Formats: sequence, structure tokens, C-alpha cells
Amino acid sequence: MSPAGTAERRGGAVGRLLTGERVRTLAGFAVAAVALFGVAPALLSDFRLGLLAKFCCLAMVAVGIGLAWGRGGMLTLGQGVYFGLGGYLMAMHLKLADAGPGGVPDFMLLYGDGTVPGWWEPLRSPVVTVVAIVLVPVALASALGFAVFTRRVRGAYFAILSQALAAAFAILLVGQQKVTGGTNGLNGFRSFFGYDLADPVNKEMLYLIAAGTLLAMVAIVRLLMRSRFGELLVAVRDQENRVRFLGYDPAAVKVVAYAVAAAFAGIGGALFVPIVGIISPADVGVVPSIGFLVGVAIGGRATLLGPVLGALAVSWAQTSLSEQFPSFWTYFQGALFIVVVAFLPGGLASLGGVRRRWRAGRAERDDVPDEVPARAAQAPTTPSETVTSGSTP
Amino acid sequence: MDALFSQLFAGLSLGSVLLLAALGLALTFGQMGVINMAHGEFMMAGAYTAYVVQSLIADAGVSLLVSLVVGFLVGGLLGLVLEVTLVSRMYRRPLDTLLVTWGVALVLQQAARDIFGAPNVDVRAPAWLSGAVELFGLGVPRTRLFILLVAVVCVTALALVLKLTPLGRRIRATVQNRDLAETSGISTRATDRLTFFVGSGIAGVAGVALTLLGSIGPTLGTAYIVDAFLVVVAGGIGQLKGTVIAAFSLGLLQATFEYSTTASIAKVLLFVVIVAFLQVRPQGLVSLRTRSLA
Repeated sequence: MSPAGTAERRGGAVGRLLTGERVRTLAGFAVAAVALFGVAPALLSDFRLGLLAKFCCLAMVAVGIGLAWGRGGMLTLGQGVYFGLGGYLMAMHLKLADAGPGGVPDFMLLYGDGTVPGWWEPLRSPVVTVVAIVLVPVALASALGFAVFTRRVRGAYFAILSQALAAAFAILLVGQQKVTGGTNGLNGFRSFFGYDLADPVNKEMLYLIAAGTLLAMVAIVRLLMRSRFGELLVAVRDQENRVRFLGYDPAAVKVVAYAVAAAFAGIGGALFVPIVGIISPADVGVVPSIGFLVGVAIGGRATLLGPVLGALAVSWAQTSLSEQFPSFWTYFQGALFIVVVAFLPGGLASLGGVRRRWRAGRAERDDVPDEVPARAAQAPTTPSETVTSGSTP
Repeated sequence: MDALFSQLFAGLSLGSVLLLAALGLALTFGQMGVINMAHGEFMMAGAYTAYVVQSLIADAGVSLLVSLVVGFLVGGLLGLVLEVTLVSRMYRRPLDTLLVTWGVALVLQQAARDIFGAPNVDVRAPAWLSGAVELFGLGVPRTRLFILLVAVVCVTALALVLKLTPLGRRIRATVQNRDLAETSGISTRATDRLTFFVGSGIAGVAGVALTLLGSIGPTLGTAYIVDAFLVVVAGGIGQLKGTVIAAFSLGLLQATFEYSTTASIAKVLLFVVIVAFLQVRPQGLVSLRTRSLA
């Protein structure tokens, strides 16, 4: 059922512009905005607000993963790369800005020969930095996506390649200590585009920027998913070949979704840097890259809000649990992966669907995400179907 | 000339490690389409098995040989448990299996950290593996040669099992066409379990062999798993020779890149090479020919 059809069926009486679904969405955004911009700053201490700002940055990555994996079926295990690209670009700019015009960042004096490499120089400009934070992740994602998707490399192969990218990126960062700070990463920033980072007012401003950006990303995903592109993306996930036979290019659809996810991750990384005050290879490698997926899986990968809420909840749980019981947190995270993905593939969001169906006695909507794996499994790539699809004379 | 030989041997040695790590992975991936992220942790379990066995048997030589056998059983049993409890339930959801096994990997890593402690531990190499032998005017460490030998033995044994035994025939049939195998009276479920046992067992053996190269810690598996996956992707699935060629090619390439650049740049170059290679052969080096839609 197309979204338009759903809206018509539900809100025919209210009129086309103010259908029930649209009202609910607007109300949802309003509630989220009040909670993020009004309630949270009023109730939380500076420290807690800083944590929430950090969680918002991580949730941005999750929104992108929700789009690429939940809707597009591309299991990307390397979002840390794009998060890291955005983060390192921002960190490089902040380091250069702290060093002053023509100055050299402190760590370069320590590890390097005391000169700024040429490719760092453009990042002295705030405009170039902001543009690069979006464009560099998009460019890398498009290049990789174009290379693999047009050759129909997908499924587990794509997952492995994205993971290898994360591994290579982290190793590269550690290895090039002179220009990247190595294992220590980049840290010790004093100002953010001229604003003093030690000032609580500016910290609150950063939080508001992060929360606003997160809301905007959710709105973008909603717009994308209600467009023809969104329909195509889900269609590619479920039956890539049929989409191809209809005359569309599945690779192009996937590249766009993957690039948008990369841009979101890059922006998240860029905001993460001034908020947290450090970015290091430990934030971008294989393990954190997969870590981004837990929240998405728990919240419901193919839903609009599931990835955001899941990521926020997981970050919060990690912060509060791992401080007291570091060992327990790892077990807990492992158990979450096992239980949620194996037994509740639609995430917690599908619990509502289960309940609704139980009450109504039928499936109410056909985009209930717990059907994702079942339909994905029918793709003709599974070994069991090779005969069926291959033996046609 | 010396530099060439030393690069060649470094590549072969790296390749043999990659091969040991990837062999079991290729087997289970080829048969069930399942990416087992806990494979590296099975290697880690094998390595700790060697550590435990050595604390029981004082003689380093005997304990190494015993460990190879026990490591196979430990890895295999872990794999069997994983297959029966989780993987078999998630048949036809390969991507989800990948995430679930990652969860298992996290749990196993933390378990190792809690049982054996976070610091790395050492396993003593036996006296007959210390030192180097002279080959083509080149000092080659005996441990590296031994790992090469273990890799060759594992591949040969696996190839013979696949080619000659009824189990191997069942595995090949299931890989080639699961439905047809089933209609021919093969219990694909039982075959899956055995394949997982053997594949994970080889991971255990790989772990034991890795103890010769350095100290071992809870994250031993993650260090090798990404490279092992790349071998599987580049080699293609369904046949051993793809894995063997890919492992040694990647080993040689990495050694060459490391020689001409740095270790970190070499990793990036290797990744680029693999993506470029997949442009030519998206299904990997060797793939089963089917007429299905790729």
C-alpha cells in the first residue's frame, strides 16, 4: 500500500491537506521540539545536557543507518568512517583556528616537523570546512557505492567491504600520527568558530544545534521516504531485480541512500567533536561502527523514529551502565544484538505492530518491519532459488 | 635478490596465516551463506586452549601438538553450539546472522577478559621451533615455517575430505544446490551442523598456530577477522582453491605494499585493490556457475 493510499483511506473525511497521518507527524515533531528545546535544557544539568548533545550526534549516524539498512537493505558496518571523516575535518579546522592564522597545531610540533601539510591548509577557512564535512563523506560513499552497487556486489559482500573500509581507515589514522595525532586523536579544542568552548552558554548552544540538526535529519528522511525515491528504495531492498526490470537503476537508488547516510554520519561526527572535545581512531574503527547498529536494530530499523530513539536509549544505557559495570555492559550489548536481531528483527517498534495485529486480527499495514527479513530472503540470490530462476528456458 | 626472497617469504607467511583464518570461514559461508563474525573469537578460544593445555602439560612440544587437536575440538564445539542455538534459527537471514554472531563475539571476548584477565598472555614455543633455518641464503623463522605447514596440512586434509568422503560429497551437494540435495535424501540440517563443526574447528587450530607468533589476548580474533573476510570475498565461495589463491595473493600483496610504503598505507591500498578486483569479478575469484540472476 502506498503512503498516499494509506493517507487517503485514513483521513478522507478530514481533507487532503490535514490527513490524520500528517497531523500525527506534525504533532510528533512538535512534541519532540518542545522536549528537546524546552524541557531538556530546563531540567538537565550542564553535564547531562552535554551528554544528551553527544547522544544526539550518535543518533544522527543512526538515522542514516536506518535509511541505508532499514529501508535500503544495505547493511553498512562502516559508518564510523564517515563519522570519523566529518569529525576529523572539524577537529582539524578547530586545531588550526586555535593555532591562529598561519599557526601550527600543538600536536604537530610534538610528533611532526612543525609544518602544516598542504592538504590541511584549506581547512583554515570555516566555509571550506563546513562544505567539506558534507561533501567528503558523500564523495567517498558515492565512489565506493558506485563501484560496488553497479557491479551488483551486495548483501554480505557489501557488509564486509564496508567493514574493511572502517578497519583500513582506523589503521591509517593510527599510522599517520604526524598529521592525525595517531592513537590519541585530536583533542584540546578551545573555541568553536570563535565561540569559547568552556563557556556553558556556548555548550548549550551546541546542544541546541545538535538537537535541531537531528530533528532536521528525521524530517529529511521522512520526506525522502514519502517520495517516489523512498518507494523505490524499499522496492530495491525487497526485490532488486524486479525494480531493474521495471526500468529503474537500483544502483543509483542505493548510492543516493548510502551517500545520504554518509552525509548524516559526517555531520554527526563534526558536531561530536566540539561537544565531546576529542575524536580518535577508537571512535571510528570496526567496533564503534558496528556499535552504531545496536540502537537502530533495537528501535526498529525500518521505522522513522526507531533508529533515533533506539540510539538515544542505547547511548544512555551505555553511559550509565558502563561507568559502574564495564564488564556487564559488554555482555549486555552482546546480548542485545543476539536477542533483538534473532528474535525481534523489527525492533521494539514491531511490538506495537504485533499488538495491533493481535487486536485487529490482521496485518494492518504492509510496511510492518518484522516482515523485512522474510521478504528479503525471497530475493533470487538465495541458493535455494537459483534453480527456479535459472532454469527458465 | 635477497630482498625479493624475503618479501616472497613474508608474503607466503602472511598468506598462510590468512588462509588458516579464512579457511573455516569460507567453508561455512560457502555452504550456508552465513557470515560468522564470532569466527575470530573461535580462533581466540583456540589460542587460549593452547595456553591452558600448556599450563597442564609442561613440555612445550607435546603441549603444542595436543593443543592442535584440543583446539580443533574446542573451536568445533563452540561452532556447533552456535549453529544449533542461533544460526539454524536464522536460516535465510544472512545479514541478521552476521549481527547476531557479532553479539556472540562480544560476549566471548568479554568472557575471555573475565576468565583470563585483560593483559595478554604468552604461550612458550617448543625448543624445536626456536631459531631459524637457512633457506636460499635467508634466515627463515621455524615458527613461520610451522604455520605454513599447518596451513598446508589443513587445506590438504579439508580438500581430501571434501573430495573423497561421503561427508564431503554431502557438503559439496548442499553448497551447489541445497534443495536438490535435500530431495536426494541428504539431511542438509545434519550437513550444516557438521560443516559448522569442521569450519569452526579449523578456526581453533588457527588460534593455536597463532600463539607461535606472539602473545595472545581477548581481542586476538578481531585483529584477523577483517582480513579473513576480505580473503573470502576476494576468493569467492563454494570452492577451496579460490580461498587458497586469494589468501596467498593478498598476503603477497600486503607484504609488497608494506615493503614499498608503510603498514597503514598498505592496508588502504589492499582495500582499494580488492574493490577494483570486484569490478572485474564481482563474485570473487572462483565462483560456482549458476544461471541465476546475479
